Parts: sequence; C-alpha cells; structure tokens
Amino acid sequence: MTSPALTTDITTLSGQLRLKVLELYNKAHAGHIGCSLSCLDMMIATLILRKQEDDTFILSKGHAAAALYVCLNHLGEITDEQLQSFYKNGTTLPAHPAPNKHKGIPFATGSLGHGFPIASGIAHANKLQGNPHAVYVLMSDGETNEGTTWEAAHYAIQQGLDNLTVLIDKNGLQGFGQTADVFGDTADVAKWKAIGFEVVEADGHDVEALLVTLDTLRLQTNGKPKVIIAHTVKGKGVSYMENRLEWHYLPMTADLYDQACSDINDRYFTA
Amino acid sequence: MRKEFSAAIERIAATDEKIIFITGDLGYNALENVAAIMGPRFINAGVAEQNMVGVAAGMAYKGYKVFCYSIAPFAVYRCLEQFRNDVCLHNLPVFLVGNGGGYGYGIMGSTHHAIEDLACLSGLQNVKTWIPAFADEIDPIVDRIVADGRPAYLRLGAGPKTPEGSETTGSFKKVVSSENPKGTVVALGPVAANVLKALQTSDTLGHQFDVYTAMNLPLDLPSGLGQQWADSHNLLIVEEHVSIGGLAQQLSVKLLENGLSFRQFVSLSAQGYPDGLYGDQSYHQQQSGLDSTSIQEKLAAFL
Repeated sequence: MTSPALTTDITTLSGQLRLKVLELYNKAHAGHIGCSLSCLDMMIATLILRKQEDDTFILSKGHAAAALYVCLNHLGEITDEQLQSFYKNGTTLPAHPAPNKHKGIPFATGSLGHGFPIASGIAHANKLQGNPHAVYVLMSDGETNEGTTWEAAHYAIQQGLDNLTVLIDKNGLQGFGQTADVFGDTADVAKWKAIGFEVVEADGHDVEALLVTLDTLRLQTNGKPKVIIAHTVKGKGVSYMENRLEWHYLPMTADLYDQACSDINDRYFTA
Repeated sequence: MRKEFSAAIERIAATDEKIIFITGDLGYNALENVAAIMGPRFINAGVAEQNMVGVAAGMAYKGYKVFCYSIAPFAVYRCLEQFRNDVCLHNLPVFLVGNGGGYGYGIMGSTHHAIEDLACLSGLQNVKTWIPAFADEIDPIVDRIVADGRPAYLRLGAGPKTPEGSETTGSFKKVVSSENPKGTVVALGPVAANVLKALQTSDTLGHQFDVYTAMNLPLDLPSGLGQQWADSHNLLIVEEHVSIGGLAQQLSVKLLENGLSFRQFVSLSAQGYPDGLYGDQSYHQQQSGLDSTSIQEKLAAFL
C-alpha cells in the first residue's frame, strides 16, 4: 500500500497531525482535545498506515472527531477547505462525525457504544461474502462501560469474527473521573481474554510497535476476534494536558495554544 | 400475521440472496422454516437487541437487506437509539419487525405491550412504519418494504382477511363504503376488526359510515380524500396506540393543513392501564374504549 505518510517519518507525522488537531480546536475554541490526542497515534497506525482500500475503520469514540478528520485529510479524503470548515455552520465536519458525507466516515458516531456492534455487522457481512477485508473499530476505555460492548463482544466471538479488530484507547480517564473509580476497569486484559478474545496489550503511542501488532493480528485466522488494549496518555504531547480530566472539555486560551504548539514542536520535531 | 410473515420471508429469501434475517432469540414454532431455508443468513443474535440492530446496520452498509425480529416492545424500545442513529440517519435497509403490537401480548403484561411504538418510530428520519390491519396485507407489505430499501418498521398483530372490494389510496384503504355516509371511521391496525364488528352487529349503524384503515405512517393523505371525510361531517379515529404521536394526532395535522373541519372529531386510543389491572387483549381494548360496543356508542352519537 502506498501512503503519503511513507514520505515522512512517523514521529514527524504524529507531530504534524497533532498541530493540525490543535489548530482546529483553537479556531473552533472547542474542547475534546485531550481525547483526540490520546488516540491519534493509534489512528496513524491503523487508518493511515495499515487500512487497505476495502477495509473499514470506524471511530466509535466520535468525540475524537478532529483526530479522524486530520487523518482523513492526510489521506486526501477530506480537503483542506473542508477541514477548515470544522465546527462552522454549514460544515460536513461537526464536533462528532456526521452520516453520509465522507467515504472515510461510514457511520455517524458520538453516542458511545454504537461502533462495535456496527463493526461486528460489517465483519459478519464480509464473512458471508467471503471477502478478506478487515474491520477496525476504535473505542475509548470509558466507552467499554456500555452494555453494547459486551453484547457485541459475545456476538463477535459466537460468529467467529477474526476479521474484526477492536482498538481500545485506554487513557484511564472518562467523563467525570478515572475509569478505575467510576465503573471499574471494563478495558481489563483479563476480562477480554476470559470471554474469548485474542488480546494484545500495547503502547498506544508506539506506532512502529502497533504496526507490528496489526500485521501479526491480521494474519491470525483462528476464529477469534481481536482486541488491542492500548495504554495511552490523555492529551499526549501537550505537557499541561497530559492525564488531566479537564482537557476532555476545555478549549485553549491563546497563550495555552501557543504553549501547546511549542510543546509539540519540542517533542516531535527537535529530538 | 406471524404465520403470513414467516411465509413471506421464506418466499423472498429463496430468491434474494441479499436478505438477512436476525432474530432476538424469538420465533419458536414460527420461524423454523425461515431458518431452514436461509442457512447462515438466518442469525439468532441472542437476547441483545441493541447489538442486533447495530449489527444489522453494519450488514446493510455492506449491501444486505436486513430484517430484525422480536416481540414488538423489544424490537422498538431497547434499541431505539441504534435504529435512529445507525439505521435511520444513514437511510439503510434495516426493517424492524415487532410481533404483537398494541396490547397483542395481552395477559403477558405491560412490559410486553407496544402502545407507544409508532410515536417512537414514525418521526425518525427516512423511516416508514407499516401497520397492517388484515393478515393478507403482510405479503405485499413485505415486498414493498424490501423494494423501498429504506428503514421500516412492521407491526404485526392478529387480523382477519381484507373485506372484498377494498381500495387503497395513499396511506389509506377504504374497507367499507356507504352511499351517504354520516361519518367516517379511520382505524389503525387489527383493531379495525372491532370497527367492522361494531357495524355488522348493529341494527342501526350499518351502511351509514365509510371505514378506512391507515396502513402506514407518516401519512400520505391524497388530495380530495380529506374533503370526502369532511363532507361526511363526523370523524372517528380508532387506534390501539396512545393518542400522542399516533394516528389521530398525525392525521389532525394533515386535516388542519388542508383547512378541513368536522362537526365532531372523536379519537379512541390506548389509555394505558387506567385501573392498574391486567387481562387479555380484549380486556385492555375494553378498558380503553376500543371494543366494538364502545365504538358503537361513539358512532351512534354521530347520528
């Protein structure tokens, strides 16, 4: 697969896309920054570097829409002009992905717990059609609280959907607290193993390692659906946002935007 | 209607390989024939209705036309958000099928009744809800749902055969014609049988009313039809569904938009559980004034 990303190194790409995410949220004066930065590297690995033409990628944690949009912009599926309409009246790129507007956004998401059942349906359809296409669905760890997660998980196991890979962005924070304190750890490795998933624990910011994991899992056809439980840092790359709940919600001031860009430049471009 | 529905699915699935049938673990003694003929395209998705509809959306995205079957309340309420977000917003061919609409499950109790289903579903984007009154309507409706290829809900009940000489216009089917009607009755679903019984068992009401059934929502009220009803001066709406969001309310808007008025406009609808007691479907119809005797009283007041 030829990808525009191969013309640059992965760390630089991660930094460039982080700056784009920050620019979008700064212009929109909007929140959901921390959760976009926590899953961006997983999306670089999956959506940009490994998804094949007829594979499906669904961002189930739709609140990280900006991360999805910059990745699709990088792939040429969203134009620069469209990207600049983010959050504006008349846009096709609202705060959560909208239906029927972009090829790279097969389903509207935003209400948590929807992407996994849909992805299971697509994977099952692929099985019925006898095609080799893979299905990826990216969820947040808080999202795994939803009962549909466990309905879909058992469905995927029962139907032998080994063409389905769930990616969990395990940043340890959810809407109003730490996941461990709110609902217990529903993104726990032992739980997913116990119900019959092929489970891989990973560093959600190590793109090279994620690529190896994705390649390895793709070759496994043992009838088990797969889950990558990826440890991540909410607000990754911006010092004052990292592991801070408030950066699920807050917009940046002008000064904080400058500092955020400075952090990204220091960490991703000058090493 | 469950038997007719099962036969219709068996028929279309035999020739259309894009048909998928998902059940929420229901269908004993009704869907075995469907399972046998469809093989892997018949899926028991377990007692997990939200996942069932999400899965259906994913399959429809890949080109399938997907029926999701359960008891009416389970097919509607638990998975309402999945149907709204995953199916209707994307205008995908996923068809909810609810058996036992209204008080159809009678003594099974309130959890098994669906008397607000049409209010929940008929306002969603791109959807069409179908409420057959007669068993022989199922076959053509299933064909129509598949041909339309858009989100749909089919509410099954228990109904007789369509009266001879019936004519369809828009969302409505004229099932009784009178020469100089003193009023018009519009009924929704199998409770239409109570209207027909009310007329057939009365010495004075016969041949004095036109009777229509409303077969689908949102309503398609053809030009001129509302005027015919207004010319009869009196309108009675009968539905085994709550008044809010049901036939009477949706029809009222259409009639008002057309500047039509009536000497008397009476709406008979499901009243829920007014005495907090439970019984069979007939008991609940009686409690709501939907039985043939209550209908006779309302029609007599028109004369």
